[in-house]
Amino acid sequence: MKDLFDNIPDGPLADKWTKYKAEAKLVNPSNRRNIDIIVVGTGLAGGAAAASLGEMGFNVKAFCFQDSPRRAHSIAAQGGINAAKNYQNDGDSTYRLFYDTIKGGDYRSREANVYRLAEVSANIIDQCVAQGVPFAREYGGLLDNRSFGGVQVQRTFYAKGQTGQQLLIGAYQALSRQIHKGTVTMYNRHEMMEIVKIDGKARGIIARNLITGAVERHSAHAVVVASGGYGNVFFLSTNAMGSNVTAAWKSYKSGAHFANSCYVQIHPTCIPVTGDHQSKLTLMSESLRNDGRIWVPKKKEDSQAIAKGEKTALDIAEDDRDYYLERRYPAFGNLVPRDVASRAAKERCDAGFGVNKTGQAVFLDFADAIARFGKDGVEARYGNLFQMYEKITAENPYEMPMKIYPAIHYTMGGVWVDYNLQTAVPGLFAAGEANFSDHGANRLGASALMQGLADGYFVLPYTISNYLADDIRTGAISTEHTEFEQAEKNVQDRLDFFMNNKGTKTVDYFHKKLGKVMWEKCGMARNKQGLEEAIVEIKAIRDEFWKDVKIPGVQNSFNQELEKAGRVADFIELGDLMCRDALNREESCGGHFREEHRTEEGEAMRNDDDYAYVAAWKYKGDNETPELHKEDLKFENIELKQRSYK
Amino acid sequence: MNITLKVWRQNGADDKGRIVEYKMSDISPDMSFLEMMDVLNEELITKGDDPVAFDHDCREGICGMCSMYINGEPHGPEDLITTCQLHMRSFKDGDTIYVEPFRAAAFPVIKDLVVDRTAFDAIIQVGGYVSVNTSGNTQDANSLPVPKADADKAFDAATCIGCGACVATCKNSSAMLFTAAKISHLALLPQGKVEAQERALNMVEKMDELGFGNCTNTGDCEVQCPKGISLENIALMNREFLGASLKSEK
Repeated sequence: MKDLFDNIPDGPLADKWTKYKAEAKLVNPSNRRNIDIIVVGTGLAGGAAAASLGEMGFNVKAFCFQDSPRRAHSIAAQGGINAAKNYQNDGDSTYRLFYDTIKGGDYRSREANVYRLAEVSANIIDQCVAQGVPFAREYGGLLDNRSFGGVQVQRTFYAKGQTGQQLLIGAYQALSRQIHKGTVTMYNRHEMMEIVKIDGKARGIIARNLITGAVERHSAHAVVVASGGYGNVFFLSTNAMGSNVTAAWKSYKSGAHFANSCYVQIHPTCIPVTGDHQSKLTLMSESLRNDGRIWVPKKKEDSQAIAKGEKTALDIAEDDRDYYLERRYPAFGNLVPRDVASRAAKERCDAGFGVNKTGQAVFLDFADAIARFGKDGVEARYGNLFQMYEKITAENPYEMPMKIYPAIHYTMGGVWVDYNLQTAVPGLFAAGEANFSDHGANRLGASALMQGLADGYFVLPYTISNYLADDIRTGAISTEHTEFEQAEKNVQDRLDFFMNNKGTKTVDYFHKKLGKVMWEKCGMARNKQGLEEAIVEIKAIRDEFWKDVKIPGVQNSFNQELEKAGRVADFIELGDLMCRDALNREESCGGHFREEHRTEEGEAMRNDDDYAYVAAWKYKGDNETPELHKEDLKFENIELKQRSYK
Repeated sequence: MNITLKVWRQNGADDKGRIVEYKMSDISPDMSFLEMMDVLNEELITKGDDPVAFDHDCREGICGMCSMYINGEPHGPEDLITTCQLHMRSFKDGDTIYVEPFRAAAFPVIKDLVVDRTAFDAIIQVGGYVSVNTSGNTQDANSLPVPKADADKAFDAATCIGCGACVATCKNSSAMLFTAAKISHLALLPQGKVEAQERALNMVEKMDELGFGNCTNTGDCEVQCPKGISLENIALMNREFLGASLKSEK
């Protein structure tokens, strides 16, 4: 099935974006104010896009489900943002950032998109500094950098362990400035419920006001979905509680493809699960791997003694410790990419070397770093992370090594987009984590912030203008079209169903059940049998959900259970698609590890001959099997190699 | 652990509201406070009652969305954390815990423990930014060195999460610490210095207009701030505000 056109400009890789910008169609300033753009989500991608499009003079309507655009989950990103500035003179360049990102993504991303990302990365740092983002600086007053996993240069800019917060506040402030000027209208506490298409083009959304419960129609000439990732399909993840797939999923159901949904990033350094009450998992920044050393005991009896509380990490002699990342990957050591580090932790824990009572934890040890920099030096680098760890676990990481375990963190898959970040539905764009485009099968650390801001500040303003240039004579889009009426009715029917269903089980009951299936059978390691079982189990969860879900309260009011019900309904459908995608991909690459496909040493084994493509699935109906469409990935500038960090 | 919760229930802004008691048993000390609230809500829904509405999102202390007033303190008894980072091990078996919304005239209750804090957004909208547009040709980030001490101080002020604890704890419901944190974050950096005085004037004026009270230097805001934002910021804001007022023709 060939209906995926990547729309990549001709010419040499390094010239494509320059050429695109030079040739892109424009909308003249006096026409911009008559053109409406809806942006769903106000994180780095959505917030930056809404602010930039507002500055250009378009009439922007921005939506977020939180009580303020400042709370989007980009705010929780800790470690940093990459940019090919080469301030450290260690051999960095646009090409090297491009190369590292393609390699880090295990050769499953699109060259042209990634090159553009690397190219605009330097602008992002300039822009953010101009906005007043307080990045870390050296004593000479210039910007400081640190290292991140999977690379051998120092290109990561940071603001202590709160880089996402500082960048998001920068975008939020730029957005606030436009709200004040009247170019952006902000809809807080609103959830997008449906995409509205007229004559095949995205022309609006149906949203629910989460305070009053009112179902509202909003029209526009183009719609941007920047609603983040879908990690919460696993119930337990490092995502915020409200993070959801609904806007992306409605895009899929309205004709956009959902691509590579099996590529899920499992972050190696999170605080382990403590019990059934757990509602979310907390990440410890990857930056900790700059100075922390990961290990488990060499002897199983030591691990068991620690798990039982008979010994602590401090009782294990240096010779009895297995620094397994340094042992297996001497070239990158503790700074191997996330997928590699996560699988290595799972391998040790599955073999019985885990160091807590669940057997699912490894040590992250700062004793050497404290000896080198002193406690104050470590505190200056990671103070807030250490404090966060201590608050959650009641253990002091300056004295006792941290215990960590991998957790769901980021989703590389998402809505399929072309070079314009446009989906298969004309006028419907997807940006940031919500799209699939830049990270292939595995995202490198500090690249999510880079992509969100690149899409929002520097890509969408050009590509949306290019699209809207044909819309200057369209005039305002009426919300009286039958398409709006129908979409609103669909939303209303679904809400009515939830409120009237005489079920007995809470939404969380289903969400946890789904999460368990996903984690066990479509998590860190997958196999054919497990995935086939998962598809059957998810079907059963779906049937039970629609029969037995119980929603309290009333519809036309603030009703958090009703919000969750809609989101979980979409997660259940997504779970099915993820298992199908994982089943289809008979290879191991990046975050997708099929147990049937590994080397003798247990490393992931790609199959470039048969699977060097983007798997973009098309929705065919609620009870139909989705259709697989393939976009072949062409590597013209990079030679495909077995990824090695040894 | 067994605990007794006394929770503020209020069905919308027009409802008078009341305290309702709930008995909780088998609470694990490893649970976060919000996970304990999740357990309560699961029980309420299963019984056919309306669950307690409360705001929360990231559950790792950075988004600023959670906002409960617990035993008379915003974000509960521990220092330098938000409610989502509070764990049940901070309480004792048999404790009675009062849970109320953040109260301030400028933060009307939406439901139960959920309040409307959009007044904070309104303060930022009148000047809490550097007036620079997106462009691919701003000057190089390193062309303007910033003394590390200034950058660090700006960062400390910029760590405000906009939760509203400072307003909730203040007897005057003043938003001075919130407003001052933004004014000094930007005034300390060369990029934000140009508009510093005008920014202070506009933001303070907006703050007054929205019904936040005055500052009487009791300093409770600093004590209760989950990010430890310093009172020094208020002094810096006053300097900018005074300078602006002297020059202003308003």
